[in-house]
Amino acid sequence: MNYQYIVQRLLSALVVVLGVTVVVFMIVQIVPGDPARVMLGPYANDEAVQGLRDRLGLNRPVIEQYLSWLGALAQGDFGQSLLNGQAVAPQLWGRIGPSFELALVSLLVGLAIAFPVGIISALKPGSGIDIAATIFSQIGVSIPSFWMGIMLVIIFSLNLSLLPPSGYTPITEDPGDWFAHIALPAFTAGFVSASIMTRFIRSAMLDVLSANYVQTARAKGLGERSVVLRHALRNAMINIVTIIGLQINALFSGVVIVEVVFSWPGLGRLALNAVLERDYPLLQGTVLIVAVMFTMVNLLVDLLYFVLDPRIEYA
Amino acid sequence: MTASQVRTSRVADEVGASNTLWRDAGRRLLRHRLAMFGIGVLTIVCAMAAFGPAITPYDPNGMDFANRFAGPSLSHWMGTDDFGRDTFSRIILGARVSLQVGLVAVSVATILGTGLGLLAGYGRRFTDEVIMRGMDVLYSIPALLLAIAIVAALGKGINNAMIAIGLAYIPIFARIARAAVLGIRNEEFIIAARALGAGDMRILLWHVLPNVLSPIIVEITLSLAFAILAEAALSFFGLGTQPPDPSWGRMLAEGRDFFRQSGWMGFFPGLAILFTVMGFNFLGDGLRDALDPKLRR
Repeated sequence: MNYQYIVQRLLSALVVVLGVTVVVFMIVQIVPGDPARVMLGPYANDEAVQGLRDRLGLNRPVIEQYLSWLGALAQGDFGQSLLNGQAVAPQLWGRIGPSFELALVSLLVGLAIAFPVGIISALKPGSGIDIAATIFSQIGVSIPSFWMGIMLVIIFSLNLSLLPPSGYTPITEDPGDWFAHIALPAFTAGFVSASIMTRFIRSAMLDVLSANYVQTARAKGLGERSVVLRHALRNAMINIVTIIGLQINALFSGVVIVEVVFSWPGLGRLALNAVLERDYPLLQGTVLIVAVMFTMVNLLVDLLYFVLDPRIEYA
Repeated sequence: MTASQVRTSRVADEVGASNTLWRDAGRRLLRHRLAMFGIGVLTIVCAMAAFGPAITPYDPNGMDFANRFAGPSLSHWMGTDDFGRDTFSRIILGARVSLQVGLVAVSVATILGTGLGLLAGYGRRFTDEVIMRGMDVLYSIPALLLAIAIVAALGKGINNAMIAIGLAYIPIFARIARAAVLGIRNEEFIIAARALGAGDMRILLWHVLPNVLSPIIVEITLSLAFAILAEAALSFFGLGTQPPDPSWGRMLAEGRDFFRQSGWMGFFPGLAILFTVMGFNFLGDGLRDALDPKLRR
């Protein structure tokens, strides 16, 4: 494994995270007018506004504010929530688990749909199943996930009473109940991802299926299953992993929406509540944590290339 | 033949070739059935947006408390909402909001993103590094969350939602434009233009930009779809269009509170979003096939 590349990639991820801290810090700086007044609302008295300004250090030069905020972050201090006065960090840690679970299960649902559909439609281009897959993927890309979520609640929760419409149970408490609660949100977010991934898996498979080595494998008399799974799919994986990596941005966006629709206690819902309550420290913490999680996942995807294709060498 | 005649003839040839290229692409697009379906849907949506208030059967904001939660009927095709307002009329007017947000947001993203991408791809390594690391930073925040954060900073409302969505999509355009520029920056016609004494700005605008337009046009169409979805999501969260103005996302959010008793309040706006976004996606796919037949799958 090329360790130099791994170190280089880690450093560039660090630079990105540092850049994200600048963007997140700027959220408060670009608030039109006095951020302290905006946070406390139009009816706050002047002393309260001045008190908040002092507490957040808004009177100091911007660079100084940033460095002191960054220094506190490095020690795990994300500030205090304006709404309940509690430290932001513990509130964030409690939300990472549910968000991560939902993103992971959604991705698995997406892959479970996209792989078979993408491969079958690549094997039979122009067939009925291929056309059905195209229509499915177009609907998936175009459907508003919050609308789909509501429709699923109407069907599966209100009419059929099969699954709960909202809420969350930790997997450690009751795995069955956890599954019942995560099924609809994960399917909603996963369906949209599946539709995009299906198109790319189909395309990647079509590319490799016409390659010489696949024809050689067929000519050798190998069975179709072996040709597809051992020769074609393995070589298509490098492109597929790239697409899955790119999909993660969309997946995280989808999870934000789905969390709100299904009252899932994750970071997305926390971010929205923070916006609606003008709780900027909480919003900054949430955006930062999501961006760091996303950067780490991208890093993992990049490193996965080495495992998938040993020929890859990075200068 | 004089030098000026030769030059004129070459220019005419180039213009002719370029016309044929675009004409061929147009012909391929007309043969693309899904793209034609997309254009059909979008024509209806554009007509709704253009003639909105003139063609609505009822005043979209007019309340009629005697007719609250009325189901779909001949007098109210898509029923009425909790204030007795006609859902169909509000959907017609909502088309204007969706298209307006889509167009403004994508224009912001296209102009800034493409400009930065051209500079990164054509400029020196340092410029490229600075711009693209900046884009990596923006891209590392999920687009919708970034839009939510920007709206949080600038304030709720349709104008800020447009800016927020536009800013969130800048990295996508920058990456596409940069990749396209890298593909042609060492082509002979660019070297020739430089040898003839053309400045960097002239080369960028007259020689590079026209040659990277195809992927950008395709991305514009697909981003319009995403922008409409993002606006609907922001309005659904209460951060975009504010009451009483109708927006499809806002109508869906209002319908959510009543979906037990009157599901149509949320059903029809969702359907409007689905078809409009699908229209842009079909058109985008059709354009991609038409502008670059090699990519067709």
